[in-house]
Amino acid sequence: MQALTALVEQALAEVGGCTDLGALDEARVRWLGKKGALTEQLKSLGGLPAAERPAAGARINEAKVRLQAAIEARRERLGREEIERSLAAGRIDVTLPGRGETRGGLHPVTKARLRIEALFRRAGFDVATGPEVEDDFHNFEALNFPPNHPARAMHDTFYFPDGKLLRTHTSPVQIRAMLERGAPIAVIAPGRVYRCDSDMTHSPMFHQVEGLKVGEGVSFANLKAILHGFLQAFFERDLAMRLRPSFFPFTEPSAEVDMSCVFCDGKGCRTCKQTGWLEIAGCGMVHPNVLKASGIDAERFSGYAFGAGIDRLAMLRYGVSDLRLFFENDLRFLEQFRTL
Amino acid sequence: MKVSYAWLGDWIEVPWDAAALGQRLTMAGIELESIESAAPQFSDLRVAEILSAEKHPDAQKLQICRVAAGAGEPLQIVCGAPNARAGLKCALALIGARLPGGVTIKAAKLRGVESAGMLCSARELGLTEGSEGILELPADAPVGVPLATYLQLDDVVLDFNVTPNRGDALSILGIAREVAALSGKPVTGPALRPVSPAHADILTVHLEASAACPRFAGCVLRGIDNHTPTPIWITERLRRAGVRSISLVVDVTNYVMLELGQPMHAYDRARLAGAIRVRFAQNGESVRLLDGRAVQVGSDVLLICDDVGPVGLAGIMGGERTAVSRETRDIFLEVAYFSPDAVIGRALRWGLTTDASQRFERGVDPRGQERALARAVQLIQSVAGGEAGPVTLTVSEPHEPRRTPVALRRTRLSGLLGVQFDDALVESTLKRLGMGIEPLPEGWRVTVPSYRFDVAIEADLIEEVARIVGYEAIGERDALGPERVRAQPEAEVAEPAVLEVLAMRGYQEAVSYAFVDPQLQQQLFPDAPALSLANPIASDLSAMRVSLWPGLLKAAVENQRRQRERIRLFEHGARFECRDGATHEIDTLAGLACGLRWPEQWGVSTAMREPADFFDVKGDLQVLFAALSPAGSWRYEPQTHPCLHPGRSARLMRGDQPVGWLGALHPSFVRAFEFVHAPILFELDWAALALDRPRYREISRQPQVRRDIAFVVDEAVPLSRLLERVTLVASSLLRDLRVFDIYQGRGIEPGRKSIALGLIFQEFSRTLTDDDVARLVAAVVADLRGSFNASIRE
Repeated sequence: MQALTALVEQALAEVGGCTDLGALDEARVRWLGKKGALTEQLKSLGGLPAAERPAAGARINEAKVRLQAAIEARRERLGREEIERSLAAGRIDVTLPGRGETRGGLHPVTKARLRIEALFRRAGFDVATGPEVEDDFHNFEALNFPPNHPARAMHDTFYFPDGKLLRTHTSPVQIRAMLERGAPIAVIAPGRVYRCDSDMTHSPMFHQVEGLKVGEGVSFANLKAILHGFLQAFFERDLAMRLRPSFFPFTEPSAEVDMSCVFCDGKGCRTCKQTGWLEIAGCGMVHPNVLKASGIDAERFSGYAFGAGIDRLAMLRYGVSDLRLFFENDLRFLEQFRTL
Repeated sequence: MKVSYAWLGDWIEVPWDAAALGQRLTMAGIELESIESAAPQFSDLRVAEILSAEKHPDAQKLQICRVAAGAGEPLQIVCGAPNARAGLKCALALIGARLPGGVTIKAAKLRGVESAGMLCSARELGLTEGSEGILELPADAPVGVPLATYLQLDDVVLDFNVTPNRGDALSILGIAREVAALSGKPVTGPALRPVSPAHADILTVHLEASAACPRFAGCVLRGIDNHTPTPIWITERLRRAGVRSISLVVDVTNYVMLELGQPMHAYDRARLAGAIRVRFAQNGESVRLLDGRAVQVGSDVLLICDDVGPVGLAGIMGGERTAVSRETRDIFLEVAYFSPDAVIGRALRWGLTTDASQRFERGVDPRGQERALARAVQLIQSVAGGEAGPVTLTVSEPHEPRRTPVALRRTRLSGLLGVQFDDALVESTLKRLGMGIEPLPEGWRVTVPSYRFDVAIEADLIEEVARIVGYEAIGERDALGPERVRAQPEAEVAEPAVLEVLAMRGYQEAVSYAFVDPQLQQQLFPDAPALSLANPIASDLSAMRVSLWPGLLKAAVENQRRQRERIRLFEHGARFECRDGATHEIDTLAGLACGLRWPEQWGVSTAMREPADFFDVKGDLQVLFAALSPAGSWRYEPQTHPCLHPGRSARLMRGDQPVGWLGALHPSFVRAFEFVHAPILFELDWAALALDRPRYREISRQPQVRRDIAFVVDEAVPLSRLLERVTLVASSLLRDLRVFDIYQGRGIEPGRKSIALGLIFQEFSRTLTDDDVARLVAAVVADLRGSFNASIRE
């Protein structure tokens, strides 16, 4: 008996002395394994008189349970200590940069264009496209520009030797869209346009968006509503809009669109040259000759059209002061617009 | 067009100040561009008279003048101008006066003689750019009156931007008519006397191109003195309109043109021979113009001729031979109507835009010739005397422009504008615009005045009503849209999604010009003919790009110059290919990667610190393609391209269609551009980026079995062919095939390479046995031995 007690004491001491889980496991095997010292004790019960066996067996089992509990407790403690140690060793500097970040981004003009497209899609417009190398018919003639008309001279057209040209505006897409789809129709046509003009505020290539809606009963009042709605949605603010009579061969009546300056709210500043207004688009009711050239019954249908500079909208929206920055592809500039 | 507010006041009582006038006209379609005081700012200047002028005792060029400047004693003024003389009326700056440019006049001593002010030249007053001597005022100028009052310099000049359809507004009269339409005030204007003939000299006019010139008024003025200086009130008005004074006769013709919008021309009567003919040029004819140039004219150019030959380009510029000079005594005045078609575009051929051509091109009132002629004769006679002959008006009636009445329907007016105007408002507006109206059951029959070339159809009338009433009178109303779902093919991938994939891979979108340097493009793409602009903005921007690469390369070089170590750019736009005699405009997505694989950072392997290579960009493309369709539909065929490294370029294929290129820039161009690292380029037809709709395939519940094998094959064997073969032989049980190592070097014969493959097998209905897999692997091994002379690497 004395021997068992001593054995248990020794085992408990050993378990208590284990400093890692491996040693603890070895101790468990040594004492409780198939050939462990306590297991051997059970085996030796057979040598005892039958009457003593139950009591002795019970004592041995009690000792085993006690030892098992001690091992468990020790295991738990050692496990906890090990985690503590690994936590201490696993401390990192979370302020270090993350690995492999390589975000690029879209061009600010594209961002503005996509925003314009999304807004007009919500208003029921499709997005139409057309070629940049155009012919005289679509760029001028069908848009009611008579040959040699002074209005043509204002367009500073790039020509090719065969008489084709680089479109000077996105308006030819109106003609193509109407010839293709007929009326009723509601499209916008964003894209690159070209004029041989280059200085501080002009680029020989720039971007426009054209809008066209033709249907029964489409009116100037509708045009005012869609333009004002668009400008407020694009700039996400209340702003005043006014239409000034103007002249485009392909619309009648025609108007220039001014909006209250987004920088000074119409009070007058450098951007709006103290007028409080920014010229932002041209628009009008589609000229009957244009409808006819596009195969649409001008008595039954009426329509409006408008055109705005995407670059200018982008400049105003993102606070870009110099148009030329858009076409220099300087990464220091482009990277400023890499948000979604 | 520059409009003097005071001059306008001669023609209509303007109920607004200049700023409000500008605002009202702007909102009616005549846009105010700028508004300026008519005079440069000066103060304390008086009309004065030189009473006496004596030589300065101590200075050769100075005179001591006694000058009367109104009440008070005459002042002593020292003056250096040679034209200072007794009796001359002039402009005196008193002590304390300020001149334009900030000069203040102080009491001064000139060579010991006191001067109580300064006699000013026109230039010193800011009235002209150059002048000789002091300003000479007319003898009747009232002494003592402030100069600004005398010259009506408290005037304002409004500069309007007149749209090309409104030729009628290019005159004081035209602007007055607009004011009348807006204000309801009548146009008045100076009284005009008909010309009273004092002799019988006339020139016969033959209208030989009567459609181009159906009306021609002429008058001979004899015995004028063209040395007479033009009165200052005329030169002042010309100056405010931006026109230089030349000589009395020319100044008057310009004055009348500015006032009435009718250009006219004065000939030296003595140099005209015989009758006047208006005809189109014959081939090979040339005309020596007023500016001294001789120009060759084509047969579509209208000429004014006498019996000797051409004396001017009709409606553009007169000729030198019959030009009026200071010595001219007798003149012939031509006041004609030339149709816009006969003038349009001609002047520009010789780089000319004259005030006359500008007006004739846009349309001059075909009824305004007699009035303008009378006005000019009256003005010339009042200044330079002379006797007028009879006015001859030659007309080709069938060709006179006629306006057919235009019907305006109430429903169309309200329908197009989306607003209901009262009949009374419509009628009064049209009347104020000078239109005649007759009622019709559905609206009005409107007769448009002869000068309104831009009003020909109903829509034009609707615009007239709307702009005079004001666009602000039209409310905003939402349109009723058709309620239908529009088609949206799923295969059409949304542009922003594609762009965003590249942005997420680190590429920054660029926008470059569609025209590029033809030499550079020719070097990069020697086999691709390009479209050339006839009138490029610069010679290095004259060829339409056949690829987006020239623009991207240029952008990359410039960014490298700005010390960027890592450049990723892409662009979406058109490229222009010339094939089969036609231009094909191809929507294109292209990109470029150059420099570090990853941005410089801590904690990455040395491999990640290397420059990007072919496989980095291929990886980017694979991500894009994976977003569009199963990997299998895209292939990379080794092919050479003139500007790519011949061993590092691939034709991109989708199915059997070539859709683009991927490759490293050719080393010779890397050197030419001075790139530090070879850029990797790709270009793709946007149309190839169609989306394959995903379809569900059954997922096996059986376990997978993987076997790894390493083959050694000739290094020339493309991996794709090997994989195709493995896929074919391994049967449908092959679920996945991975390439996990490529090795050349120690242990591998030179010219051979080791490829390690992971083959993953799986069956749908049962668990594969080792025997099943061993059989499949053996078949693969046997096949590769035969097909590629492959050996198994143990």
